[in-house]
Amino acid sequence: MNPLVRRVVRRSALFVVALVFIAALWEFYKVVGPEDGGALFGINILPRSNSRAMPHVWDMLSRYGRPELRSSERKIWRVVLAGAWFSLRLSLVGFAIGTTVGIALAILMARFKVVERGLLPYLVVSQTVPLIALAPLVVSWGGKLEVFGYEWPRWLSASVLGAFLAFFPVAVGTLRGLSSANPASLELMDSYAASWTQTLFRLRFPAAVPFMVPALKLAASSSVIGVVVAEISTGLRGGIGRLIIEYAREATGDPAKVFTAVFGAALLGLAMAGLVAAFDLCAMRNRPKEAL
Amino acid sequence: MSTVSVSNLSKIFNEGKANQVGALVDVSLSIEKGEFVSLIGPSGCGKSTLLRLIANLLEPTSGDIVVAGKSAKQSRLDQDYGMAFQQAGLFDWRTVTKNIELPLELKGWDKTKREARSREMLDLVKLPEFADHFPWQLSGGMQQRVAIARALAAHPPLLLMDEPFGALDEMTREHMQAELLSICAATGTTVVFVTHSIPEAVYLSNRVVVMSPRPGRITKIVDVNLDGHCNETTRERPEFFAAITAVREALRASGSHGHTGVGVEDR
Ligand SMILES: Nc1ncnc2c1ncn2[C@@H]1O[C@H](COP(=O)(O)OP(=O)(O)O)[C@@H](O)[C@H]1O
Ligand SMILES: [Mg+2]
Repeated sequence: MNPLVRRVVRRSALFVVALVFIAALWEFYKVVGPEDGGALFGINILPRSNSRAMPHVWDMLSRYGRPELRSSERKIWRVVLAGAWFSLRLSLVGFAIGTTVGIALAILMARFKVVERGLLPYLVVSQTVPLIALAPLVVSWGGKLEVFGYEWPRWLSASVLGAFLAFFPVAVGTLRGLSSANPASLELMDSYAASWTQTLFRLRFPAAVPFMVPALKLAASSSVIGVVVAEISTGLRGGIGRLIIEYAREATGDPAKVFTAVFGAALLGLAMAGLVAAFDLCAMRNRPKEAL
Repeated sequence: MSTVSVSNLSKIFNEGKANQVGALVDVSLSIEKGEFVSLIGPSGCGKSTLLRLIANLLEPTSGDIVVAGKSAKQSRLDQDYGMAFQQAGLFDWRTVTKNIELPLELKGWDKTKREARSREMLDLVKLPEFADHFPWQLSGGMQQRVAIARALAAHPPLLLMDEPFGALDEMTREHMQAELLSICAATGTTVVFVTHSIPEAVYLSNRVVVMSPRPGRITKIVDVNLDGHCNETTRERPEFFAAITAVREALRASGSHGHTGVGVEDR
C-alpha cells in the first residue's frame, strides 16, 4: 500500500478508536460518578453524572435524528450541519485573513530587525486582550465602515475576530521559520549575489515550512474559536455558536440537544484541521521522512 | 594575468573590541589561471577566512583582492566563482537537478538552457540517473558530487572549496579527489582548495600554501611537481612522498610549539 494512504488510514483508525474510548469513559463515569456531583477537599469538582448534566451517548446520537423543535419538520442534524457550514465559511475567511497578515508581519520582522524589536512585544500583548471584550468593539467599528463601497457585513466582524486569534501563531511561527535557514545556505545565496527577495522565496520560505505547519494548525483552531465566540458574544445568527447558546437554554428539558451543537463545533474544528493536514502533506511531501 | 591576486591582505575580526582576533596578517598570494592551489595549516590559521575574503563574503581590514581582473565584489556580482563547503549544503526541498540549476536560475537563464546544463553537469559528476532524486536520498559522497556540480554549473573560471571532502570516508574521498582532478583538467578551472590533510593537498595541487596561526599568515609555498596527476599510482610514487615530507617540514617549521601543527592530518 502507498505509504501516504497507509498513514491516512492509520490516523483515521486511531481517531475512531479514541472516539470510542472517550464515549466509553463518559458512560463509565455515569455509572460510577456521584449523581449530584461531589466535593474533593471541600471543592465541588466532580461533575454530576445524572442524565440532565450528562446524557447517554446514544441519547445524544439519536437526538440528531429528531426535529429541532416540536413544531418543525427539519431534523436537527440538518440544522447543526447548516450552522457548522456557516461558521466554517466564516472561519475560513478569518483563517485566510489571519494567515496573510501573520505571514506579512513575519516577512517585515525578518526583513527589518527594528520592526521585530518594535512590534513583537505588542503582538504578544494583543493576545492578552480578552476576545469577549473585543467582540462588541469590532462589531460596532464594523458597523461604521464601508469596504470598497459595500457595507461591512456583520459576519465579517466574526471573521476578523477569528483572524485576530489566528494571525499570532502564524506570525511567530513563520518568523522563527524564516530565521531558521542555515547560515551556510545563506552564505551560498550571498555568494550567488542573490537579492533579498530571491533568498526569501528560494531559501527562507522553504526552510520555514516545517515551522509553519504547527503554526497553521494552531491558527486553524484559533480561527474557529474566534468565530464561535464572536457569534456567541455578538448574537450573530446562522452559525454554530448561536446554536450552542440557544440549545444550552433548553438543557433542562432537552439535555442532549446542546451536545449535538457542541459536536457540530468539534466537526468544524476537525474540518479546519483537515485542511491544514492536507497542506502539511503537500508541502512536506518531498522532505526527509525522519519525522514520520 | 593571474586569476586571483591577493596583496598585503589583513583581516581583524571585532576590531577594537575585547574579543578582537587577528585572523590574517599581511597575506600576499597570486594564483594563475588553471592552477590548483591548496591552503593548508592547523585549524584557526585563517584558511576559511582567506577563502571567504576571496569570495567577497567578508570585507578585508586592509589590502587588495583582485579576482578575474576585477574587484572581489564585482566578481561575486558577476558570479565568476563557484563555491563548495564541507557540508554539501543542498536544499532538501529541491531535486538534484533543481539544486544544480539554482545558480543558473538566479542568473536568469531560461528553462531549456538550464536543463541542458544540469544534464551536462550530472554527466560530469557521473550521477545522471539521480536527476530527480532528493538530496536526502543520496549518500554523503553523492551529495558532495551534486554540490560540486552546482558550483561548476555556471562554468565559473574559479572554484573555491573549503574542506569539501572533510566529511567523507577515506575510500570515497580518494575517489572524489581523482574525479575533481579530471573535471578540472576537462574544464580548465582554477581551484583554491582548503584542506587540513597533507596527502590530499599534495595529491591535488600544483602548489601548497602552508599557513600558521596567531596571527594567520603564509609561511611557505611548496611547489608540487607530479606530472600526470590523475594516475592511480601517483600516491605510491617517491615524488609524492617527497612532497609530503616537504609540506610536513614546512608546517613543523612554522609551528612555534615544537610539534607538527595542531589539527593537521598525516593521512
Ligand atoms: N566571523 C568571525 N568572527 C570572529 N572571529 C572569527 C570569525 N571567523 C573566524 N574567526 C576567527 O578567525 C580565526 C581564523 O578562522 P578560520 O579562517 O575559520 O580558520 P581555519 O579555517 O583555518 O580553521 C580563528 O581564530 C577564528 O576564531
Ligand atoms: Mg575552516
